Amino acid sequence: MTTVEDHQLRTEDALPKARRTRLSLIRRALRSAPLSAWFGMIVIAAYVIVAIFAPWLAPYGEAQIFPEPYAPWGGQFVLGTDQLGRDMLTRLIYGARNTIGIALVTTLLSFAVGMSLGLLAAIYRGWIDQLLSRAVDVLMSIPLLIFALMLLSTFGSSVFNLIVIIAILDSTRVFRLSRAVAMNVVVMDFVEAARLRGERLGWIMRREILPNVMPPMIAEFGLRFCFVFLTISALSFLGVGIQPPTADWGSMVRENATLITYGDITPLLPAAAIALLTVAVNFVVDWFLHRTSGLKDEH
Amino acid sequence: MSIKAVSAPREKGAPLLEIKNLRIEGFSDDKWHEIVRGIDITLRRGEVLGLIGESGAGKSTIGLAAMGYAKPGCRISSGSVSFDGIDLLAASESRRRALRGSRIAYVAQSAAASFNPAHRIIEQTIETQLAHNLDRRDKAEQGAVDLYRRLQLPNPEAIGRRYPHQVSGGQLQRAMTAMAMSCHPDLIIFDEPTTALDVTTQVEVLAAIRNIVDQFQTAAIYITHDLAVVAQMADRIMVLRYGRLVEEAPTRIMLKTPQEDYTRSLWAVRKLGRPDRPSAEPVLVVDNVTASYGSTIKVLENVNVRVPRGRTVAVVGESGSGKSTLARAIVGLLPPISGQIVFDGTPLPPALKQRGKETLRRIQLIYQMPDTALNPRQTVRDVIGRPLEFYRGLNGRECDRKVGELLRLIELDDHLIDRLPSELSGGQKQRICIARALAADPEIIICDEVTSALDQIVQEEILKLLMRLQQEMGVTYLFITHDIATVRAIADEVVVMHRGKVVEQGPKAEVLSPPHPAYTDLLLSSVPEMDPDWLTGVLTRRAEKGGLKAAGN
Repeated sequence: MTTVEDHQLRTEDALPKARRTRLSLIRRALRSAPLSAWFGMIVIAAYVIVAIFAPWLAPYGEAQIFPEPYAPWGGQFVLGTDQLGRDMLTRLIYGARNTIGIALVTTLLSFAVGMSLGLLAAIYRGWIDQLLSRAVDVLMSIPLLIFALMLLSTFGSSVFNLIVIIAILDSTRVFRLSRAVAMNVVVMDFVEAARLRGERLGWIMRREILPNVMPPMIAEFGLRFCFVFLTISALSFLGVGIQPPTADWGSMVRENATLITYGDITPLLPAAAIALLTVAVNFVVDWFLHRTSGLKDEH
Repeated sequence: MSIKAVSAPREKGAPLLEIKNLRIEGFSDDKWHEIVRGIDITLRRGEVLGLIGESGAGKSTIGLAAMGYAKPGCRISSGSVSFDGIDLLAASESRRRALRGSRIAYVAQSAAASFNPAHRIIEQTIETQLAHNLDRRDKAEQGAVDLYRRLQLPNPEAIGRRYPHQVSGGQLQRAMTAMAMSCHPDLIIFDEPTTALDVTTQVEVLAAIRNIVDQFQTAAIYITHDLAVVAQMADRIMVLRYGRLVEEAPTRIMLKTPQEDYTRSLWAVRKLGRPDRPSAEPVLVVDNVTASYGSTIKVLENVNVRVPRGRTVAVVGESGSGKSTLARAIVGLLPPISGQIVFDGTPLPPALKQRGKETLRRIQLIYQMPDTALNPRQTVRDVIGRPLEFYRGLNGRECDRKVGELLRLIELDDHLIDRLPSELSGGQKQRICIARALAADPEIIICDEVTSALDQIVQEEILKLLMRLQQEMGVTYLFITHDIATVRAIADEVVVMHRGKVVEQGPKAEVLSPPHPAYTDLLLSSVPEMDPDWLTGVLTRRAEKGGLKAAGN
């Protein structure tokens, strides 16, 4: 490939060349995006809009109770009401805001913790690396859901606890990946050149290493977001996640599960909302991974 | 052995490979670009054709096309490749695969990257034979051992049982040649087989390849950018540039009377030189330094080097001689066990962390591979601007102005300021590395093999640039290299290193002229010259002397 590129560089040198801006790169990437990625992006955008504008989109208040529980679809309540007589559509719309918001904050926190420790381990190696890696091994050896259940029942299931506990448990995976990717970058000459220049650790991490580990980490972010999202939903379903009256898809499934026995599919709606978002995120991540990993077939 | 039976019926001189009007396109930036633009090649049995040109000339692509193969991202758009009457481009993939390995073989530049580290060498040598059902296992293994012997590998019976990482680079390259020869092919394509090797090892690999090609009457395409090498190997030379033929002639005629300007410019590269200059007071003194990785093997042993101010000191030696380690010890990456490094009259703290910003600024290092020395995510502005900001506190427009100045100083246009390294050529990248070092306004620059990853023409440009900069700014160079031609071109003083020790040290004229210590002699006599009889001469002279064993064994 070098021959191809070299030659091209030479021919291009002759022409004055406009700087490729980030925007134009993104536009070009979008143009070549496959249908599945477009589908994923549109679905995600729709979810985000619903989450942000929930109070304006929802027909009623989040915890507003009406006299008729388990109302059928149609009429005053488009998707009926739940076991306490709250409008199902309203709960679904607010659920997007709560569940996605909490999952996003949790994933961000887990990446902040996991990546900084991962980069530290990759740069320092030695005992710091050993200590961090073994600690992570111990955390990872305990099944995530059971560990989270245990911690949440010990410390109580507030939103804050939920975010911190899941973020820390999840950051172990982020640590492993970022450490492995950063190991390959740390040995490069340009990192050594920065050290020889006398740069501080923070600068080397932020400016020399971080930009080079970003592509796999962004892809991982999408995947981890899905897992966090599912974990929170699962915990809510089990009763230790997001607490009522806050609307949340996981607990909505649990609370209305009895309807299934009467052939009413209402409890499946929040489950479908979770599934659709997970699929959409995965489509986008797949496309991104495909672009950055060099797996693409060049023909 | 069955070798005679196989090679005997071949008729020398009949056409073997005919390539007509070959055009190949490469895909990048969402477009197809033509990289080989109409090449004709006729190769007869037993003939060796040399393809030379700078990188981007399309040599390797043509070499692969001779096997009917195009790399991923490339396609053969028109033309024909006919091997022994078989149209390779029209033939089915399975037909081509049957030919590859058994009748057409390929030797890649980096044997280390081409061998599977998980299998023994002999397994990989005979793999093609077994895959094509040409021989039984025991006979194939016998054949492989015989080839190892002909290629003068040490301990031919046992070396095949080793794994690739257990032998040296030169040995591995010869094992790869054995792999290519194992099926006694009609045609072998050598793609820069010695470029990654030391000169002392290169001689042996060249001699082995030439021998075996002669013995088996194999036709070969020899791809390289090193003229002196191709002069030893080829019967006929084709000079390529930008995917087109520049000139084609038999080797001796080509060397004596090149017709085209471009060819002559290739020839002229090796004539760079500089007048002698008087020595000066030392700016850097390496005083009895011993250093090691871990605690067992000493990579540097009692090394003494004196670097005069404003001069160029070249450190030469083959790989593993400790010359790069010396650089690491000086910059503080590898604190020595004993001895000290005195810079400008004061001893330097051994470790990097103990050195102040000002000390770091005055000693700069330029790396061999600009690809890994530049952060792929930083633009030229970031790369050159950072030392300006870091050491001198420049920022904003003032910093940009200075970056522009530095770019002009290294003879690059300042519109490159927003480019990423991936948008620059190899030579441009190395210039950026030089500018990064200059931005610190250093007193001494350590150049670690800065030209060895570059083409000859680009090498010459970089060397000229470095010499000009020295004249203008009075900067001192410690120039680490394994290339004696480079030493001749730029050095004032020469230090010869071998196995962690300094073998010889002194002014260039003194070190490069006889009498030499044995190792210096080996090193100097191994540098290929532009004379087609050079290799034969060297080999006979060494055979007469008999005693001196080359480092490869």
